[in-house]
Amino acid sequence: MARTLINVPPTAKRGEVVEIKTLISHPMETGFRTGPDGALIPRDIIHRFTCTYNGEEIFSADLFPAITANPFITFTTVATESGELALSWTDDKGQTQMETAKITVE
Amino acid sequence: MSAGSRRLSFLGVGLVMSALVGSAAVGLADADGDSRRSGFDFMGPQTQAMQGDDTSNPGMLAVLEGEDIWNRKAGAADKSCADCHGDAARSMHGVAAHYPAFDTGTGGPINLDQRINTCREKNQEAEPFPWESEEILALSAYVGLQSRGLPVQVGDDTRLAGAIKAGGEAFHRKQGQLDFSCADCHDANWGRKLGGSVIPQGHATGYPIYRLEWQSMGSLQRRLRNCMAGVRAEPYSYGSPEFVELELYLMSRSRGMAVETPAVRP
Repeated sequence: MARTLINVPPTAKRGEVVEIKTLISHPMETGFRTGPDGALIPRDIIHRFTCTYNGEEIFSADLFPAITANPFITFTTVATESGELALSWTDDKGQTQMETAKITVE
Repeated sequence: MSAGSRRLSFLGVGLVMSALVGSAAVGLADADGDSRRSGFDFMGPQTQAMQGDDTSNPGMLAVLEGEDIWNRKAGAADKSCADCHGDAARSMHGVAAHYPAFDTGTGGPINLDQRINTCREKNQEAEPFPWESEEILALSAYVGLQSRGLPVQVGDDTRLAGAIKAGGEAFHRKQGQLDFSCADCHDANWGRKLGGSVIPQGHATGYPIYRLEWQSMGSLQRRLRNCMAGVRAEPYSYGSPEFVELELYLMSRSRGMAVETPAVRP
């Protein structure tokens, strides 16, 4: 559905706070704008973002129409063990974008 | 003002700029005497940080798309850009810093978007991308990125002297209901405010840009149309010779400054 840019530190020390940065391309159409024909353009926004770390949810967010196109979401977590971060974005059309990133904890 | 000029580095810009409001913005110069400033220097620290980090710069999404188009076969010739040009990091290194450039086919200047589309029509035998389409912006952002950090090289081609002069005349010509020339703001009043925004010097070194106001990528011509509508003038149409001449003049005026593509602007 979309292009993403994800920045997860590839390695971290156990117990270290790591910052995860994500950017996804999405129009985030608010549903309040009118098109050239005067009719409302239907709302299409990413309304849900979640991140799991080895299967456990560590961060999630509900998004609303006031949020910019191509939303940038950044958050932190504690590096506990090596594994995989799974990120998912779901929009109003029901499409879900899934991406993963590996982290090695020393 | 000289103390101010030394403080005008990076994060201090916002503060110093607000102190400049109401006084003429003169006397700001580098150690080497260059008083030219990229639009980057006039932005807030948050927007600067956004441009500076490739995972927060939304222009990089367009670059990813551009890379995809670069490698995708297209047209009757069933060739991709990469089939002829190979690895863009090498073949396109420094190329965008030369645009707009002289085109032997038309005998005049063409900009990077036009060069891409010419190549597309001639060698890929494909339909040209429409102006401001996602594809052309993505591809020019991808090609532009290969020149990031390199100095702008426009302005030394003698075959373009006439076009640069014409572009310069357009830059200094008063137009629109408000009767402003480009120079009235970007030469005479840069650093001061227009509404809530700081007027930059008009160095178009980061195009195509991701503009926060647009929430999308856009070309220099889109930005110029914006300014023209702002002074209540009728904008030139996309791809018109007047626009390419103006682009050419602007880039020759920015000669030597670093390419920032894909830049982020408010």
